[in-house]
Amino acid sequence: MGGWVKRKSAGSDHDDDVDGKPKGKKIKKDKTLPSMIKNKEKRSEVYSKLKREKRIEKRKQAKAREVAIQRALELGEEPPQKSVPRTIENTREVDETICRPDDEEVMIVLSPDVMLFAANNADEFSGILKQEIIPKILITTNRFNSTRGPALCDELVSVIPNAHFYKRGTYELKKIVEYAKNKDFTSIIVVHTNRREPDAMLIIGLPDGPTAHFKLSNLILRKDIKNHGNPTSHKPELVLNNFTTTIGHRVGRMIQSLFHQDPNFRGRRVVTFHNQRDFIFFRHHRYIFETKEQKVNPKEKAAKDSKSKNLPQQKVIARLQECGPRFTLKLRTLQNGTFDTQGGEYEWVHKSDMDTSRRRFFL
Amino acid sequence: MQHDDLIWQVIKNNHCSYMCKITTGSFCRNVYNVTGICNRSSCPLANSRYATIRDHDGVFYLYMKTIERAHKPNELWERVKLPRNYEKAIETIDKHLEFWPKLLIHKIKQRLTKMTQCRIRMRKLELKVREKIMTVPRKEKKREARREEKAEKAAVLDKSIETELLERLKKGVYGDIYNYPVEAYNNILEMEGLQPTAVEEEEEEEEAEIEYVEGYDGLEEEEDMEDFDGFMNDEGLMGNDEGGMYEDDEEADPLEQQIAKKLRPSYGSKSQKTDSHYSVKKPNRKGRVIIEVEEEGEPKQKTLLLN
Repeated sequence: MGGWVKRKSAGSDHDDDVDGKPKGKKIKKDKTLPSMIKNKEKRSEVYSKLKREKRIEKRKQAKAREVAIQRALELGEEPPQKSVPRTIENTREVDETICRPDDEEVMIVLSPDVMLFAANNADEFSGILKQEIIPKILITTNRFNSTRGPALCDELVSVIPNAHFYKRGTYELKKIVEYAKNKDFTSIIVVHTNRREPDAMLIIGLPDGPTAHFKLSNLILRKDIKNHGNPTSHKPELVLNNFTTTIGHRVGRMIQSLFHQDPNFRGRRVVTFHNQRDFIFFRHHRYIFETKEQKVNPKEKAAKDSKSKNLPQQKVIARLQECGPRFTLKLRTLQNGTFDTQGGEYEWVHKSDMDTSRRRFFL
Repeated sequence: MQHDDLIWQVIKNNHCSYMCKITTGSFCRNVYNVTGICNRSSCPLANSRYATIRDHDGVFYLYMKTIERAHKPNELWERVKLPRNYEKAIETIDKHLEFWPKLLIHKIKQRLTKMTQCRIRMRKLELKVREKIMTVPRKEKKREARREEKAEKAAVLDKSIETELLERLKKGVYGDIYNYPVEAYNNILEMEGLQPTAVEEEEEEEEAEIEYVEGYDGLEEEEDMEDFDGFMNDEGLMGNDEGGMYEDDEEADPLEQQIAKKLRPSYGSKSQKTDSHYSVKKPNRKGRVIIEVEEEGEPKQKTLLLN
């Protein structure tokens, strides 16, 4: 019995021959996959053995790496390169529309990349972004709303400067757009509620600006945040991260056009729209810079700064205090022109078969 | 032969497939039923002489059934198109159902009224803008929620915001509001020999620059939206500008540190303060900055005199 078991487990190479794969032929997997064994007990045994071996290999490699680093530190000063882990951002599918940072400013037309930026000069937001027009925002909800919608609108009014909240009666959205145009608004934000929770946001640029429809999720109001701060009325700074492709650029500029272009740095308010994997995270903080004293660590600092000898290094850090609401947006559709679902021309529509690849992002 | 009573007795106790019972009563799902309630007088199966109104694409038709055609189920129901006009339709009904039982005529007219009202309302609603309810498959919802969570973890938001702010500070976007980062000028101290320019001139330049730098840098800062890969730090420039200023720090290092320490608690507590408090603090802070510089100037002058 024991001999029988031994033969089977020790001879996975035998299995190879039995399966008909010639040993001479070099294949990537020399051993049979556990999934090819029909017997459950045997299969689980083989699999656990495989895992054990893999784990041992991994530990060996980690130890070898550590030893190499130690040795390098003691002898020379060149620790071997740390391998970069694979992340989704690293392995993102290449998108032709990603604007590369070769180009510095907008004006110069030098290479095809910069042409992309140059188009920004003539788009709908250029007026506001060049500080010719001051943004004025109209915030409203959909009909039949509950308390969460207006609560979010009130908080948005405190975040965005020069924003006004109007109660939505039963007016049609197109009529609201016209009304806003007459009153010289530059954008409309509509917070849409479903099942007593805000779940969508429409940002309409005026006049005849694009309409962006976002899905809103994970809303946390200011009162629900622990240790929240109260925002002042200084004009906030804006941080827009990771808007790389052309659509992302467009959405980013749209968001930028909601805010004033001359932030008041003394107010130390920052509003962040951070794009990660097509999700736009909104945060609102108050920040301060502090200097922190750090003792000189001879190992680290020696590598960086051979000149400074025994000065206590002072590091500047930024501390944030969260205030204001917190939510995530995901772009659903981007439409040219003001709100017109039937007749409008869509620049980008999210379809479910865009989600098939886990490495493909559009913003 | 038609035995209405017999039929009714057979089907009335739950043997009719069109009957549906709910808590408030029993209803008839038969399309030819006038009232919709399961009743002896409203049952189209148990009444050999019966009439209804049905609507097809917005046009109303009067259906009639008589006992003479009871053996020909194919041609059982006679259909008459009713005119659009409500009054004319009533007249048509009167004409066709002249000698029929009053109850049935009454019920039919009630049904006609209701249906015309419905039709008017539907046409009005068609003109209005209505929200369309779309369903999202549960699988997608769950997938989105999962991906969002992972994306949030991948975007270490606090850290990334802090790094962005520190980058802006290093670039000098904030002008002279904050003290310069100490390690930057530690580096610069060790660099090329600094020219001892007159401190007073430096002070004036700094004050004049505050207004200019803020406005200009606001523009610059708002335009860039992503991390700049190849931004050139003008260290040489910074060195020259700050050289004169921070020469004092070398000599008056303990003094400067004291001042930094004085500032630190005010910075730290700032975030907890409310608006009114902050506004009170603000003029003080500005005054403080100027005072600082003057104090630093004094020891310098003293040393010059001594020398």
